[in-house]
Amino acid sequence: MTAHGHAEPTSFAFDDESNAAIETIVARYPAGKQASAVIPLLYIVQKQMKRMTDSAWVPRVGMDAVAARLGMAPIRVYEVATFYFMFNTKPIGRFHLQVCGTTPCWLRGSDAVLKACKDAGGLKGYGDTSADGNFTLSEVECLGGCVNAPILAVDDDYYEDLDYESTVKLIEALKRGERPAPGSVIGRQTSAPVGGPTTLLDVAGE
Amino acid sequence: MALSDKDRIFTNLYGVQHWGLEAARKRGNWDGTKDIVLKGRDWIIEEVKNSGLRGRGGAGFPTGMKWSFMPKQASDRPHYLVVNSDESEPGTCKDRDILRHDPHTLIEGCLIAGVAMGANAGYIYVRGEYYNEHLILQAAIDEAYAAGLIGRNACGTGFDFDLYVHRGAGAYICGEETALIESLEGKKGMPRLKPPFPAAVGLYGCPSTVNNVETIAVVPTILRRGAPWFAGFGRPRNSGTKIFCIQGHVNKPCNVEEEMSIPMRELIEKHAGGVRGGWDNLLAVIPGGSSTPMLPKSICDDVLMDFDALRDHKTGLGTAGVIVMDKSTDLIKAIARLSKFYKHESCGQCTPCREGMGWVGRMMDRMVEGRADVAEIDVLEQVTRQIEGHTICALADGGVWPVQGLIRHFRPMMEERIAAYKARSAGAAPVAMAAE
Amino acid sequence: MAKVTIDGIEVEVPNGASVLQACEAAGVEIPRFCYHERLSVAGNCRMCLVEVEKAPKPVASCAFPVADGMKVFTDTEMVRRARRGVMEFLLINHPLDCPICDQGGECDLQDQAMAYGGGASRYKEEKRVVKDKYMGPLVKTIMTRCIQCTRCIRFATEVAGTAELGATNRGEHMEVGTYVEKALTSELSGNLIDICPVGALTSRPYAFVSRPWELRKTDGIDVLDATGTNIRIDTRSGEVLRILPRINEDVNEEWLADRGRFAFDGLKRKRLDRPWVRQGGKLVPATWQQAFDAIAAGFTAPGAKLGALAGELADVESVLALKELMASLGSSNLDCRTDGAALDISRRDFYSFNTSIAGIEEADALLIIGSNPRTEAPVLNARIRKRVIAGGFPVGVVGPHGMDLTYGHDWLGEGGATLRALASGAHRFCEVLRNAKKPMLILGRNALARADGATLLAVAWQIAAFNGMLKPDWHGFNLLHRFGGQHGALDLGFVSGLPMAQMLNGGVDALWVLGADGLDLSGVPASTFVVIQGHHGDAAAARADVILPGAAYTEKDAAWVNTEGRVQLGFQAVSPPGEAREDWKVLRAASAALGKPLPYDTLEALRARLVVDYPVFAQGDALPRSVCTDTAGPAGDISGLRDDALGLPAGNYWQQDPISRASETMAECARTYAAPAALAAE
Repeated sequence: MTAHGHAEPTSFAFDDESNAAIETIVARYPAGKQASAVIPLLYIVQKQMKRMTDSAWVPRVGMDAVAARLGMAPIRVYEVATFYFMFNTKPIGRFHLQVCGTTPCWLRGSDAVLKACKDAGGLKGYGDTSADGNFTLSEVECLGGCVNAPILAVDDDYYEDLDYESTVKLIEALKRGERPAPGSVIGRQTSAPVGGPTTLLDVAGE
Repeated sequence: MALSDKDRIFTNLYGVQHWGLEAARKRGNWDGTKDIVLKGRDWIIEEVKNSGLRGRGGAGFPTGMKWSFMPKQASDRPHYLVVNSDESEPGTCKDRDILRHDPHTLIEGCLIAGVAMGANAGYIYVRGEYYNEHLILQAAIDEAYAAGLIGRNACGTGFDFDLYVHRGAGAYICGEETALIESLEGKKGMPRLKPPFPAAVGLYGCPSTVNNVETIAVVPTILRRGAPWFAGFGRPRNSGTKIFCIQGHVNKPCNVEEEMSIPMRELIEKHAGGVRGGWDNLLAVIPGGSSTPMLPKSICDDVLMDFDALRDHKTGLGTAGVIVMDKSTDLIKAIARLSKFYKHESCGQCTPCREGMGWVGRMMDRMVEGRADVAEIDVLEQVTRQIEGHTICALADGGVWPVQGLIRHFRPMMEERIAAYKARSAGAAPVAMAAE
Repeated sequence: MAKVTIDGIEVEVPNGASVLQACEAAGVEIPRFCYHERLSVAGNCRMCLVEVEKAPKPVASCAFPVADGMKVFTDTEMVRRARRGVMEFLLINHPLDCPICDQGGECDLQDQAMAYGGGASRYKEEKRVVKDKYMGPLVKTIMTRCIQCTRCIRFATEVAGTAELGATNRGEHMEVGTYVEKALTSELSGNLIDICPVGALTSRPYAFVSRPWELRKTDGIDVLDATGTNIRIDTRSGEVLRILPRINEDVNEEWLADRGRFAFDGLKRKRLDRPWVRQGGKLVPATWQQAFDAIAAGFTAPGAKLGALAGELADVESVLALKELMASLGSSNLDCRTDGAALDISRRDFYSFNTSIAGIEEADALLIIGSNPRTEAPVLNARIRKRVIAGGFPVGVVGPHGMDLTYGHDWLGEGGATLRALASGAHRFCEVLRNAKKPMLILGRNALARADGATLLAVAWQIAAFNGMLKPDWHGFNLLHRFGGQHGALDLGFVSGLPMAQMLNGGVDALWVLGADGLDLSGVPASTFVVIQGHHGDAAAARADVILPGAAYTEKDAAWVNTEGRVQLGFQAVSPPGEAREDWKVLRAASAALGKPLPYDTLEALRARLVVDYPVFAQGDALPRSVCTDTAGPAGDISGLRDDALGLPAGNYWQQDPISRASETMAECARTYAAPAALAAE
């Protein structure tokens, strides 16, 4: 039993929703190459755990289920699940706050984003899960949105162009059960310069 | 000489318009694709060669030549196109815009590339974090299937072409082409030994070619407008247009498609609102993503943004992620954070990278504090040389170059830091001891 | 062929060879850690870097293919620096615990650090500490020492066929283990210890026992299965401390099964270390003279009422001595089939593994009948697996359903009905066999230990004959024996007169039992005088009238014949305990006491006689290629074949003979691997 109430399950079986998704996924790969689906299936386990327990993680029995489904040796699935950073092999909070701390974000103030996460989320530091089970804080490496730095990823969504205040605002909103629209929090047109593009002012199309 | 909008390939770079097929067609995508496909493999490869297109993923290998490595004779082994959309090099976010705003440029490019390499199937490997982007890409692919543009008898050409999206799960190393293939096969992303190269033994043991998203996505426009058009931009051997990601201490960070060989200063000032506090407040620039060694302002003043010019300054165009650092920057810390990145992303396979990245990272952390001897700067330099060129893939090289760049251009800054630490701890030694 | 120049030495190597192989051909040593010639190439340790002309960077010689005209340099500044660098990286996180490391003195890292490393460390940061992993009762782990070469992972996956080891996490946090902390299920797990180039995987039973330079090394032959694995017996002060495999490409390559490696502690327990004589119904300690006197008194019946049995662990020389002793007493009542297997000795290829172990690699289809080679001969099974991996090798099995042989197989059925169909051509698998150019079958010896065993043997031969396994240039009929003493006794014709069942049932007045300590003799009537000659106080001893303490396989110079019919010599590594003696000497002394002295006083004299009377022993350990020019088979009527399922040897893999039954290590294995079932029952 972990601090925030998620026990290591003793069994795992794909539910109907997962099974339907697996069928589509496995069909993408040639016959006999279904091991290719191991990453997608681990995502499916993680999503199903989120549905079932409100914590998106991959327990060992989930890895075993993937191995059985794809005809792989379990150890090969354990290797994959622990190699890739996006699989949580331990339970996490309701929201996964992922602060990019790599140089491009750091140059633009990711330290303030981190501090805001700690202050507003009730988190001691990276790896911590808040006492209310709402948030788990992780440092992630470059998220690939550098011209919109700094970035905080909440689960699968990027929030961009953050500073301390806007990060606090975002976390407070999450606590209230709101889900602000992802993207730039300062209203920028995606990766265009603030104040409007310097190019593409004259293009065909709509 | 600046690029005009009519010569821009990614006309929906910022997502002002819709990403969908209807809007994409209005922008000129999927126009005459059938004719291009019917001109056949040799014509496509020749045209791409003539355009001078070099890979946009970092290494800059000539694309047409890469495609020509695929076996010409049909065999019982299928050929695969694999698109590298694992955009993870710190400072790089160009492919993201193609995926989410202009996906049809990529999909059309995949079909054409598939024809050029005799591949009837392609996999687009999208980094795991680009979750929303991959949904859009998949939706665009679904549209293309529904419109008969890909799939059986793609565009009515008689050529069958299937295209799939495969999402990674957080591993920079999967941007290395053979690690990507391993990952796509359901294994850890550990780079393969070469030879054999993917064109001989790639995905599922079959001939495969891995190309960056931008590389593939520019191909349809090149073929529509002709190789000379594309070759007309930039200096010889550095031709074409390119998406630059300008970030860090600039007033208006942005992505922008510009002509190759544009002066760095012009690029920054024209599109990114200039360096914060003015050009003279510039300290250094990492010109092409985190792996490329930084340049001090003196070089930035007039350096051109292309493969050769940057190589001449012992750095590279890389992915064209331009990381600008002004005089307020703790450069040692900026590079130390990159060392941490490479340590975190090392797959762990090769001894020099697995062990060396940790060593470099820990030394760099001490350099940030100045908690080191001046002679250790030399040890650090030697350790980077001991790593470089001794591993299966180039991650380790890219991981130590930033450190080498720091030492090359800013060694006095490191020495000052060490001196300051020594002075501090000499004066406050008893206190420091007590604090420990 | 490609011509390659290594440091100026020109060599010719096959196209596709690696630069490292070319260097070896040129006699140039290349340091390496991850490379192992019997495993796939990983190329990750980077120790084998060399300079190749025109290559901008040093290349990993283990993985780089040669090209004609290539010039390779292994002693340039570039190479020396690369090696020094890799060594330094390997050592920065390696603990400096050589003084307490069991690998010390035979450690690749230690040796290569001396040869290629720098003098001092420049590393000032904290060293990595890795949590040790559980891998079962045989393999001990000290994972901080691991250099992540992945040899163990590749061995488990490729050779052993039990994909349980892996490297989890990544970068400097990459750790080798099972992830789930389970005991490895391979019968070949001890090889992981040999294959680990450092002290990360070491022998648990051998922990802190000895240093390699303290050991006396003696060549031996493992007899705890019938593979004939070549072993090295390491001893100190008259005690066996460990057993390691020797390389023999034709037999065991360089592998050794766990029982053969770890059961030797059973050599120190429950030993018969002095003669015993039954007096007043109880066995009492005796002198050799008293024992021989008792035998002289017990062996008075006419020859027809005397008999002898030779068991699974009897060596060739003592079986010959016993046979000749019995002959001198007028008896031809001999049986070496103490397991009850209905073997036919009228032709050697009726009871041999004719294809040979190495020959498996030439075969292109396999039928297994009544055998689980994985547990009966793990190293031989690894050869089958190797062949399966090479591709184009269908395997069919008649026997229990659901066996995990470490390779995929086609289960055809469990018994007689399937065999009849295979013999008549009615079975679908016949097409597979008949389409093959070199099909083979493996018949488990245990399958013949049933009432219709002789019929079963005949049917198996018919299957071989019918399905193209017996040809003038190919012999695909194979009997898989189970212990090192079984084939040799058959070669000596130790099957004549009364069969064992009658001898045990009062058919003889006096019975000599050699090397069959595990034989249950409780049913032998009191009227039969029983001599037990052996080394362990196992089942047989309880019924003995006289016990003669003999020598185990590590304690005597002796010849052994493996399942292929290969004659191999083992040498005495230690003396037998107490008053125990080499078995041929015991028999020689007994013959004198019986007034029929055997005509040899030395082992050499005995062997000289052996090769004259039994020329098969003159060929040494070379095995002539077996072919089949006469397809007529053992006698037997197919209609007598019963439909019963074919059974496998009873009991667990770890405890199959008197030595392994006496072993604490094997007992712990049995407990460990029985544990999951016990847990499930809870």
